[in-house]
Amino acid sequence: MPRTAKVSVPYRDDVEADVNIRTDGDIVTARRRGRILAEQSGFSTTEQVLITTAISELARNILLYARGGMIALKRVVNHERSGIMVVAKDQGPGIADVEKAMEPGYSTSSSLGLGLPGVKRLMDEMRIETQAGQGTTIIATKWRR
Amino acid sequence: MEVPILKQGPYLIATIQTALHDADLVQLRDAIVEKVGKLRAKGVIVDVTALDVIDSFSTRTLSDVAHMIRLRGANTVIVGIQPEVAFAMVQLGLVLEDVATALDLEEGLSYLHAKDRQGERAVPRRR
Repeated sequence: MPRTAKVSVPYRDDVEADVNIRTDGDIVTARRRGRILAEQSGFSTTEQVLITTAISELARNILLYARGGMIALKRVVNHERSGIMVVAKDQGPGIADVEKAMEPGYSTSSSLGLGLPGVKRLMDEMRIETQAGQGTTIIATKWRR
Repeated sequence: MEVPILKQGPYLIATIQTALHDADLVQLRDAIVEKVGKLRAKGVIVDVTALDVIDSFSTRTLSDVAHMIRLRGANTVIVGIQPEVAFAMVQLGLVLEDVATALDLEEGLSYLHAKDRQGERAVPRRR
């Protein structure tokens, strides 16, 4: 088989991705896709790591609380700013008390206790839409400096 | 993806070379704990230089390794946490409590040597 000389750079929107989260391997995939998107969007190395870590925790929450769901990675543009939006969506039990879930150290799953407040610190904005029995959608955005 | 564990004198060195699935990390933890006994190692270095993300699960597993190895009578040191990764861990609120860390492999080895010397002094000598 002939060797390809160079890997072509993907078109701008090719790096946006929807990653289904069903196994721990999917967490690694979501992280990798997020890192590529952050890099292509012009974020610094440090910011890339912050975004990737946030994606990892959000994907982990999906597995832990809902057993499955999806992470969507999108570019966003707002007036003069551009950035990345991470949408973590599941059809799990929902978060009963969102305010409480945002308190530092609070977690209903005994194993990993940091979760959402930490994710908010890693990103710039975070919004939670949740309904008991209907599932949860968390939208986290990071803007380029 | 299995992480190679090398024996270097009385120490074991596990160098993580790529992003790991949770299951791989758990497998590494168990392999280290087993090998410490089998090879009678006095110290373990886990090199995480290649990890670009250390999240809550990795932190907990690394911390478990260190505590389990202590119960087996040996020392553990985590080396190579990258500056960006350290920043992300702090932002996320993750702490490696009671776990020794060092800048790199070299510093990790001198930490283990120093620990060994302390240990020797602590053993009462017969007259």
